[in-house]
Amino acid sequence: MNLTLHVWRQKNSSDPGRMVRYEATGVSEHMSFLEMLDVVNEGLIAKGEEPIAFDHDCREGICGMCGFMIDGVAHGPRRGTTICQLHMRYFKDGDELYLEPWRARAFPVIKDLVVDRGAFDRIIAAGGYVSVRTGSAPEANSIPIPKERAELAMDAAACIGCGACVAMCPNGSAALFTGAKIAHLGRLPQGEPERDRRAIAMAVQMTKEGFGHCTNIGECEAVCPKQIKVDVIARLHRDYLHAALTGR
Amino acid sequence: MLGQGEEFNQSLEKAGRVADFLELAELMCRDALERNESCGGHFREEYQTPEGEALRNDAEYSDVAAWEFQGAGKAPALHKEPLQFEYVLPAQRSYK
Repeated sequence: MNLTLHVWRQKNSSDPGRMVRYEATGVSEHMSFLEMLDVVNEGLIAKGEEPIAFDHDCREGICGMCGFMIDGVAHGPRRGTTICQLHMRYFKDGDELYLEPWRARAFPVIKDLVVDRGAFDRIIAAGGYVSVRTGSAPEANSIPIPKERAELAMDAAACIGCGACVAMCPNGSAALFTGAKIAHLGRLPQGEPERDRRAIAMAVQMTKEGFGHCTNIGECEAVCPKQIKVDVIARLHRDYLHAALTGR
Repeated sequence: MLGQGEEFNQSLEKAGRVADFLELAELMCRDALERNESCGGHFREEYQTPEGEALRNDAEYSDVAAWEFQGAGKAPALHKEPLQFEYVLPAQRSYK
């Protein structure tokens, strides 16, 4: 099949950028979306044009590198998947698609569809960890954890840090991402001692980076490739409130 | 390869990776040429038993070859790290 793509091209962070139209011809329905972009890029390189820059790594939905908007929806039309897991059988001959990078003040565009997600790294560095004395690892089963808690912690831990939540949120809020980490670590005994400190540090960093605030819109949950629920945002707010009120 | 080196350039990144692979391939060939015996997965046609199995030379090649980078375009330097076997000793094998 043949598709028409309108892709955001931006040379670097100071270039104003613009949408450019490309024809993707001879696309097989077995191709993945990124594979199709690779083929388009090969065509561009053959013509001596700069290929479209986009992030990718594992190409199997687990690393969190890939991500851009297809027709205004982060990671494209399929729920609970990343762009690298999207295949061309979900499109048809003659489709016209608009590809844009994650749009958020806290994610400056580096080039074309590649954005700088260092803000996420700095939020994690601010508190998304547990401090334990390492040496030899203790026996993992020596701390009993209720199964329900382990399940909820694992659900939150599934966050791959792709940034789709921020991209879709009209406020550009990183609440789902930060909440996921806070929920994940806070639910486990190893993360309990630093719960208050973590909540304040991560929430403050989140605001410093220029992310917006949560107003319970829910676009984030709808588009998260790991289907993380907005409950984690409630947990973020609860831990933050607790920390603020108890003066930590 | 398109684009500049001063900007984010995925083509440059890919070209660099291809260059790395080629360098590694060249090193592996050089290493294989240095080891004048057959041993395990390393098979030299000129060092085989009459049955076509690997002809080992443990007397002279019981070592690990570590190659040190000497600079672009220069041959790497070989450092041999000897191997000592105490309980399971190397021996001629037949895979028939």
